Amino acid sequence: MKIKVAGETKEVAEGLTIAALIDLEQVETPQYVTVSVNEEFIDPNAFEAHKLQEGDEVEFLYFMGGGR
Amino acid sequence: MKITLSKNDFDKMVQHAQAELPDEACGLIAGIDREDGVREIKKVYCLTNIDHTNEHFSIDPKEQLSAIKDMRSLGLKPLGNWHSHPETPSRPSEEDKRLAHDPKSSYLILSLEKKDAPVLNAFHVEGSHSYRSAEKEELIIVEEEK
Repeated sequence: MKIKVAGETKEVAEGLTIAALIDLEQVETPQYVTVSVNEEFIDPNAFEAHKLQEGDEVEFLYFMGGGR
Repeated sequence: MKITLSKNDFDKMVQHAQAELPDEACGLIAGIDREDGVREIKKVYCLTNIDHTNEHFSIDPKEQLSAIKDMRSLGLKPLGNWHSHPETPSRPSEEDKRLAHDPKSSYLILSLEKKDAPVLNAFHVEGSHSYRSAEKEELIIVEEEK
């Protein structure tokens, strides 16, 4: 099936989970990554179970914060 | 590394940071890495600090997502982020370093410690989780040609 990852169309296996996509994309420091699918933010506890669908648009965002 | 920022974008950051006082202000920077090694900021995003305090910032992830899509539509790449220090100098705190996850990003810190003389510096952060060091980048503020 085809999905979009960070704006690029990719062919991936049917039923690919978010956790598997994070591995596939070799996302750096995944513990700090927020994932959105079709502009909805996904609870990290659901990464293992959430199966992506044909046409999904996935974005990886790094938490950005700090303090004085 | 050399990094350039237009005077207009510098002024935009200062205005946003002053408007957000007493809280820290924050946003993203986007642009290009030129072949001559200079990092050129072409757009500054002023985003919401969802912590709403003068001690911390967290960029609103929804606004972050919109900004990333805007950068993509303009052919720009995310270069890092910026935030203000309302009462402290323009240098990364321990928390800033701890939360700077990307060694390729530039982190700009705008100090409003001296109200009439804002100070902006750029850094990148190196090292492991147990020890991180911040290295200053050569920031050049460029006046636009008229």
